Amino acid sequence: MSQTMIQYEGKIAQIVQEDPMLQFLLYAGDNALITGHRCSEWCGHGPILEQDIAISNIALDYIGAARNFYQLAATRIQAKDPSLEVTEDTLAYLRDAWDFKNLLIAELPNGDWAQTTIRVYFISSFQWLFYQQLTQSSDADVAAIAEKTLKEVKYHLRWSREWVIRLGDGTEESAKRLRQALTFLWPFTGEAFKEASYETATSSATTIQLAKLHELWKQELQEVFAEAGLEVPTQQAFQSGGKTGKHTEYLGYILAEMQFLQRAYPGASW
Amino acid sequence: MQWESSEARFQEKIDQEIKIEPKDWMPEKYRQTLIRQISQHAHSECVGMLPEANWITRAPSLRRKAILIAKVQDEAGHGLYLYSAAETLGISRDEMYDQLHSGKAKYSSIFNYPTLTWADMGAIGWLVDGAAIMNQVPLCRTSYGPYARAMVRICKEESFHQRQGFELLLHLSKGNEAQRRMCQDAINRWWWPSIMMFGPTDDASPNTQQSMKWKIKRFTNDELRQKFIDVCAEQVKFLGMTLPDPDLKWNEERGHYDFGTINWEEFWQVIGGNGPCNQQRLDTRKKAWEEGAWVREAAAAYAEKKKARTPVQQIA
Ligand SMILES: [Fe+2]
Ligand SMILES: [Fe+2]
Repeated sequence: MSQTMIQYEGKIAQIVQEDPMLQFLLYAGDNALITGHRCSEWCGHGPILEQDIAISNIALDYIGAARNFYQLAATRIQAKDPSLEVTEDTLAYLRDAWDFKNLLIAELPNGDWAQTTIRVYFISSFQWLFYQQLTQSSDADVAAIAEKTLKEVKYHLRWSREWVIRLGDGTEESAKRLRQALTFLWPFTGEAFKEASYETATSSATTIQLAKLHELWKQELQEVFAEAGLEVPTQQAFQSGGKTGKHTEYLGYILAEMQFLQRAYPGASW
Repeated sequence: MQWESSEARFQEKIDQEIKIEPKDWMPEKYRQTLIRQISQHAHSECVGMLPEANWITRAPSLRRKAILIAKVQDEAGHGLYLYSAAETLGISRDEMYDQLHSGKAKYSSIFNYPTLTWADMGAIGWLVDGAAIMNQVPLCRTSYGPYARAMVRICKEESFHQRQGFELLLHLSKGNEAQRRMCQDAINRWWWPSIMMFGPTDDASPNTQQSMKWKIKRFTNDELRQKFIDVCAEQVKFLGMTLPDPDLKWNEERGHYDFGTINWEEFWQVIGGNGPCNQQRLDTRKKAWEEGAWVREAAAAYAEKKKARTPVQQIA
């Protein structure tokens, strides 16, 4: 029978605590996992069968990206202490909310199709820039994951951009719903560009310069919003905390659902 | 008479195993039978997404989660191929959806049973996809071309689903006590509904003869059911589990497994709308459809606007 899964708390948490690159990997992995989780909630409930398939596909890409980051993190944790049994699932299923580093925008509820697609747009337009830079990383493993993920993000961005434009320029109702979604999500769109300590500490390896990404991202938004007939809000996008483990109430429920079997049957292999 | 000769030529083609294509002449009853069967099949794929999608957010490992999403997504793809195949017979997808939502069109009753534990993801793959394959492999040679071609693609994926489901159960069967109990419990709950998937017995299935003559069907319900039971009775041994049928016994003389009496009362009850999840499944489909109306309208409006703008852009 395969390994009993040990707890995250304790030795593993400590190793992560001491290594900003591991924290960075978890940040990237958590963003992918939680975004993928939300997208996967649409599976079977989409407004159009083709779009049901599209968003499930996006969910699948995100889960795949999360696995790549977690597997790399797990390998590196284990390298530091070969006595530990750490897998991708230890990291996804045995951490509590305060150890998750995903952006708050990823964990917010799906809402309607407008809120879902503009959320994917916000996340993928950021990731498109983020992963492009990350392909330049001096950490070859990280650069390789970025390279692979970038191809998928390109599609997510195209898909969500098209939906934002389509809904913005569709009917009166779709434009109204899109504006409502924008109002709801906007405060959460700044967090990605606020540097967490592990980002500062790893910036020479990752080559990520958030200030530069932010400028490019604003340009992207200008163009797409113009086509969608949306105004770029001028208010501060003030919500943050996810990157350092201070989440909204929503994440706890996501984890309660996601981790239920691992928690109910500790040590079982599935 | 003209009509008679068309009919005769049609049957001749069928007998010579020449595929019937959308533009070919066909008896109205053949067309209607196919529309009913293909759309019912398409609806089954779509409604069938729900009991499994139910567990995506609770899948116990990232690997299982990815497999499950991909599987449910495959089923959506099957729905698409089949709706397209039905459309070649002169019915629109929206009409088919209306028939589903109004309760006029049926879908496979198996999806009116609940998925209560993680082991159900394995039992569905092994038994439900397994029964579907038994039914569908012969359909790859069905007389209507677009349907046969859709089935070829679908069957490849279904057999993949079946293997994945069996592997999931196998893993549970080697797990801890709770996992083994989960595994047996899921088999117990899914076994009888799965063998009901082949439909009523041959003597209670009045359409079978005509469908066989038209080579829409190639084997009777009872033939396929027997084949399925024979296969599963052997496979379950690898799991170290049992099938919940005390009368299941190898019959040397027949070269088949004998099995117990199917509860047809339950079968007809579930078909009639009184299964454990009929209301829930249909409501979920209707809700997705109704809540998606504004999205479809927006997409259509945008496509219209874009079309209207295109020539202007070309001149510019
Ligand atoms: Fe299918
Ligand atoms: Fe399947």
